[in-house]
Amino acid sequence: MDTAEKTNTADALAFLKRPLRAVYMHCDRLLDYAFGSQDNPFHSLGGLGFYLYWIIAVSGIYVFAFFDTGLTEAYGSIEAMTRVQWWLGGIMRSLHRYASDGLILVMGLHIMREFAFDRYRGTRWYSWVLGVPTVALAFAAGITGYWLVWDRLAQYVAETTAELLDWLPIFGSPIARNFLAPSYVDDRFFTLMLFIHIALPLVMLFIMWFHVNRVNHPRINPPRNLAIATLVLLIALSLVYPAVSQGPADLSRVPSPVGLDWYYLWSYPLIDVWGPAWVWLLYFGGSLALMMMPWLPPLKRRPPAVVNLDNCNGCTRCAVDCPYGAIRMGVRTDGKPFEREAVVNPAQCVSCGICTGACPTATPFRRASALIPGIDLGGLPLLTVRERTHEAAAALAGAARVVVFGCDHGVAVNAVASESVAGVSLPCTGMLPPSMIDYVLSRRLADGVVITGCRDGACRYRFGPQWTEERIEGKRDPQLRARVPRERILRVWAGPMEATRLTREIASFQHRLATLTTATTDPADESRKAVAE
Amino acid sequence: MKPLRYAAQAIVVLITLGLIGYFSASPPYGRVPAENAIIKLSFAHAAVKKGGCRELSAEEIARLAPNMRRTTVCSRERLPVDIDVLLNGQPLYAERLPPTGLSGDGPSRAYERFVVPPGAHTLVLRLRDSDRTEGFDYETTHTVTLAAGQNLAIDFFQGGFRFE
Repeated sequence: MDTAEKTNTADALAFLKRPLRAVYMHCDRLLDYAFGSQDNPFHSLGGLGFYLYWIIAVSGIYVFAFFDTGLTEAYGSIEAMTRVQWWLGGIMRSLHRYASDGLILVMGLHIMREFAFDRYRGTRWYSWVLGVPTVALAFAAGITGYWLVWDRLAQYVAETTAELLDWLPIFGSPIARNFLAPSYVDDRFFTLMLFIHIALPLVMLFIMWFHVNRVNHPRINPPRNLAIATLVLLIALSLVYPAVSQGPADLSRVPSPVGLDWYYLWSYPLIDVWGPAWVWLLYFGGSLALMMMPWLPPLKRRPPAVVNLDNCNGCTRCAVDCPYGAIRMGVRTDGKPFEREAVVNPAQCVSCGICTGACPTATPFRRASALIPGIDLGGLPLLTVRERTHEAAAALAGAARVVVFGCDHGVAVNAVASESVAGVSLPCTGMLPPSMIDYVLSRRLADGVVITGCRDGACRYRFGPQWTEERIEGKRDPQLRARVPRERILRVWAGPMEATRLTREIASFQHRLATLTTATTDPADESRKAVAE
Repeated sequence: MKPLRYAAQAIVVLITLGLIGYFSASPPYGRVPAENAIIKLSFAHAAVKKGGCRELSAEEIARLAPNMRRTTVCSRERLPVDIDVLLNGQPLYAERLPPTGLSGDGPSRAYERFVVPPGAHTLVLRLRDSDRTEGFDYETTHTVTLAAGQNLAIDFFQGGFRFE
């Protein structure tokens, strides 16, 4: 059964999101197959963005060391780097170019992915909105970089940018006059452009820091293999197809045609077609529309997590596992002999329930007192999850009865239900305390447990599959007890379009379950069960 | 299975690098057909002030702060600049350019690009920056032979047109 408190995803932009999400899911499957989930670049787009930024910074520092600021010196120094010192200077220049282009590509894919998976509304508005100036600064930094080469492309960029800026009624004298004829440009121009070209990325880095500071465990680095492969491939591209200048700028000649960098300069031809006014409208209107998207419409929030101090011992696990840093550890307020207590910030809580899954007191075995963990989800308490599990299990029949714990954003658990398979849907698989698996198997509510949720790296709440896997494998607290027979647990991470695969894997799992003789149970549990009955 | 996986990796890598490499400098774009030339007209020139100056009366002077007292007051606002360009006897550009600035006291500014065919051309440039109603304050005729892809700059500077 699905949770009644499902996130409201019906919005005015759903018609755009659905097809885009389908494209990303297909790409995910292909890339998972090709590179493995861990090194799938689509799972690390943000981290790749940071990584490319650092490649740009390091290569930029090297290029800066050999760059001369002067009307003829600028072009000459870049040419010397490219032709004479091709073995390092040329590679660094090309790396600077291609990593910058890659950054735009990665940022575009990152933005569209977060949009497609609806990961920009609610508490995520902060990161989304701050992403917009980051993109603008990346473009501005890249465009100023092209001016510095002072080749024909630089001349085109300089003239066109100046004409675009001159449309704004804020300059006393047209900026484009500075590029009217050869005698109008002087060396100071390059010093100014260099300053802007360095200052903009620094401001961008500052905003990038804010962009991620409201998420816990931000992935600002790609996995090692992906990082190495990215660098090696960019170097290979630099060697095979080095970035070169397009002849020195000559203001007495028309720079046409030029080889345009379409990643940065895609809007420049529009200036000729539409005129500067419409292009400014596109820039500002587009940025404003992007910034307003988290509220078009706003996400309907479910009740946030609630701390129950009677059962909270201040262990910090919920705060560590929370994907959005919505839980902090405050000073104890109830006089109990613990140092700290969990405090939830409802504004940042996405109601994923991962905190409940992390709480060591969230155990369905509890009988002495009501099932109220130290931290619980307001809209879907663990007690309700246990009741739903009982309801689901009660209807099961056959030799290989299976309870499926799924998430609202993966395959719908109802899609795989049958006489011997019943599902319980959670906001996120990470909400499932490992003891619930133990509970189902030791109480013989089912012969096997299937845990399914978003594909690894595509989790709506970032860490659901990862935390769940680590808890089951004993790498993360609370751990699944050793006594639980692992052969009776199946984990399938599948996107919403993979119901067929999940059904197939469950059938195969049931076949294996049927071959197992009897359920492995702890005698102690059996005696407890007897007492309970 | 592995060869297929490696093939998928190679395809993804080649597509990604191909996309980055190709669109970093291709396809070429030209805002002006290569066989044409360009004439750029640009200047920032302040016309005379509008309305002239007026003598202040003794009372008006007395009302001013001691350190701000002066005998005449002039309008800050400037007149517009009229510019008229003929190419081979045909009107190419005629505009009345208002002064810039919130108070209209800044220079009038112009920046225009004209795409023209290569060859010999006769340009007539006329500019008015006073309150005269007929004729122009500055006028010049210039003959130039433009090559394909040439960029001719015209400025108005220190009381005269300048060609470069």
